[in-house]
Amino acid sequence: MKAMQFSKVKGDKNQHKVVVYALSTCVWCKMTKQYLKDNGVEYEYIDVDLLNEEDKQKIRQEIQNKSGSLSYPTTIIDNKVVVTGFRKDLLKEALGI
Amino acid sequence: MTPVTIEQVRKRAEADAQTYGYYLVPDPDLLQGLLEGLKINEDRYGYPSCPCRLASGNFDYDRDIICPCDYRDPDVAEFGACYCRLYVSKDVYEGKVPLPTVPERRPLEKQSRAFAPPAEAKPAAVEEKEEFVKVGPKLWYCKQCGYVVFRDDPPYVCPVCKAKREMFAQIKMRIDFLG
Repeated sequence: MKAMQFSKVKGDKNQHKVVVYALSTCVWCKMTKQYLKDNGVEYEYIDVDLLNEEDKQKIRQEIQNKSGSLSYPTTIIDNKVVVTGFRKDLLKEALGI
Repeated sequence: MTPVTIEQVRKRAEADAQTYGYYLVPDPDLLQGLLEGLKINEDRYGYPSCPCRLASGNFDYDRDIICPCDYRDPDVAEFGACYCRLYVSKDVYEGKVPLPTVPERRPLEKQSRAFAPPAEAKPAAVEEKEEFVKVGPKLWYCKQCGYVVFRDDPPYVCPVCKAKREMFAQIKMRIDFLG
């Protein structure tokens, strides 16, 4: 079984560790990824719906532990700031873009 | 089963919005993205579960998030849009109020139980299939409202509560002639 992998998107603004937990079917997740990309923010993401059952379970636990909820997209910045949903305002503030 | 087309998904959503007095999100890109997500889920799971929620693939656990989901009515009433924002209120549609952000109303346990089901809490599978009548008309009942119909196949939608065909189950009948 392949290990679960986060996809990396390169960007000039790489001073923060940005992780996006997403669904491949979710338009708001796509917009979050696009917004980060358009602003040159380096980030990694994982499409949870495409994982195998075991990894899904692990990732769900991870999101729940970090954010207390289970919504997509959940964006976690530097392992502490949690942004639930596509919230330009909050991403802007947290990332200084 | 022939795969559903985007146009079918769109028509279905439009018809449902009209029936229940809602509107589809006016931004065309957003609408297209949401419809595509629904189509992918329908192709993947056999039912159009919410594109913005993680489905388990188990119908019994995902029933509440099949679009239009169980949370649409209270969410549109309270926030002006459903969770994924496919369905919006008139005011949002007309641009009088901006498209809101809608918090997840679905209880966490509902999602969690789909992924870590305790052995005894598994949904009762359709047991003893042999006892079902196989040909000719049968009795079907709507699991949502209890409507009963006698015909070969369950209706596409429940004429009473508009539940989808998947909500119908056959009523098991057994006739014993020997007391």
